[in-house]
Amino acid sequence: MQKLSLRDRIKEARVSATDSFRGGKLMSSIFRPGSPFRKGYVDSPRNRSYVVMNNVLYHLHPVKVKRHGVRLSYTLCLGGLSFFLFIVLTITGIWLMFYFRPTELAYVDIQALQTDIAFGSLVRNMHRWGAHLMVLVVFLHMSRVFYHGAYKAPREFNWVIGVILLLLTLLLSFTGYLLPWDQLAIWAVTVGGNMAGYTPVIGAQAKFGLFAGLEATTATLLRFYVLHVLFLPFIIVIFMAVHFWRVRKDGGISGPL
Amino acid sequence: MVDIPEHLLKRAAQARAKALGISVEKALAEMKGQEDPTIVSKEPEVIAFEEVPTPAAETPAPVTETPAPVTEIPVPVTETPAPAAETISPVKEEHAAETTEKVAAVKIEQKPPAAKAPAPAKVDTPDEVDFAPEVKVTQRLLTVVKAKPIQKPVSEPVDKVNTWPHLMLPEFVSLMAMTAFLILLSAILQAPLLEEANPNVTPNPAKAPWYFLGLQELLSYWDPQIAGVMIPLVLGVVVWMAFPYIDRNPETHPSKRKFAIMFYTFFLAGAGVLTIIGVLFRGPGWNWTYPWIDGIWFDDLLDWIHFE
Repeated sequence: MQKLSLRDRIKEARVSATDSFRGGKLMSSIFRPGSPFRKGYVDSPRNRSYVVMNNVLYHLHPVKVKRHGVRLSYTLCLGGLSFFLFIVLTITGIWLMFYFRPTELAYVDIQALQTDIAFGSLVRNMHRWGAHLMVLVVFLHMSRVFYHGAYKAPREFNWVIGVILLLLTLLLSFTGYLLPWDQLAIWAVTVGGNMAGYTPVIGAQAKFGLFAGLEATTATLLRFYVLHVLFLPFIIVIFMAVHFWRVRKDGGISGPL
Repeated sequence: MVDIPEHLLKRAAQARAKALGISVEKALAEMKGQEDPTIVSKEPEVIAFEEVPTPAAETPAPVTETPAPVTEIPVPVTETPAPAAETISPVKEEHAAETTEKVAAVKIEQKPPAAKAPAPAKVDTPDEVDFAPEVKVTQRLLTVVKAKPIQKPVSEPVDKVNTWPHLMLPEFVSLMAMTAFLILLSAILQAPLLEEANPNVTPNPAKAPWYFLGLQELLSYWDPQIAGVMIPLVLGVVVWMAFPYIDRNPETHPSKRKFAIMFYTFFLAGAGVLTIIGVLFRGPGWNWTYPWIDGIWFDDLLDWIHFE
């Protein structure tokens, strides 16, 4: 038998160690059949189906999609990016909650976040710019859907849900706008809240409900905080779930044109 | 005979009556054996019948063409009676035998044809099959099933690709690109933080978040009840949500829905122009200002653009 060189023996040992790990009980228990992380994954149509079918992502994606839909120019990934930005905002938002109190101390907390806390400034910036970006991306997503006529039967109701999602995105952004508790925040929210006061019939009540009083105070801050970190995310997640579910139930992506 | 419960018999009779177009009473009587069964003639849908001018066809052939009410029963014909077979020449006989092989379905008489069909007396050859059985029909018609496929293909086959890797890979790349862009943006641009909130000091101008600035601009033109509420509420929410139900044009190609495209583009341009005006061209007292002359009153952009 031919004697192997040292390099070959090392390579052999590495391969067998990797295989016994990837084929072992631990990895087999974590990854379901067809996963590329399991031992013996080969690129075959069957395994390509299994990757999706045996994955939690099967809740989002079907095994196969229309060929025109994967062209970048068709959707520009706008819907997916909206969802992704929501996830980024959730992660950075939870991180920010560790350092923020929705009281008179809010402004001090933000200042401390920017100066004292590691990566505090970066994460705050990501949260803020990400929020602006999300409003923009959701709006562009809606425009894309409109120009493709993708709201037409059988997708009418998903458009309705989409408009609700846009409104919820705006509300989330608006409630978050107050939280830094600086002059920009309080006066932007005052202007926005005064617009709600022009609602016919229930204008005064709407404004009072929004501000938790007659003007923006720390009571408003607490109210907006709870809406921003708990209530509105809760609602928007429900609508997002229905939105994604309907995308698939209505036959996947629309088109081609 | 097994005793059939009355209510089941009645239901069967109704079905039979409906199928044959006779009265229920008659159908019931037939089923009880008090009356002769009704036989309905129907044109057979599939007949592999080839008419070949043979001497056999010239003579009246009672077996294949009978004006009497008949039912169709597909009979795989192996040996067909050829009444005229004895009269023809041996050469033609061979030909006739060939044609009778092609008959796939024949109509046979249900009742003795003697009265109606002026058929020649049958030759009692040993290899002839009697197609006029004098037997009472024991089976009955339960229902008429239309000869159509029960499953209809509703969708055309579509050109599809595997989600993995053709969709998930671009998604992953775009997600990474977005993350990189966002981190880079956040590293370069500092989010604004002004002085602490003070309800006693009103900035001039006080501006809403940028996505509401188009509305705020509208507010400066019209009565707030119209501009601030009716337009966003009615146009922005109600009409917007109801749009798929208003636009009933099923076409998706832009060239076939010019009005919708125009409508949306008009809206988009209007909202864009109003927002840009609100962001860049409005200064103290909501007066018109030029950003390149007077500067920008928009604190979100504080760190973005510097004017000296």
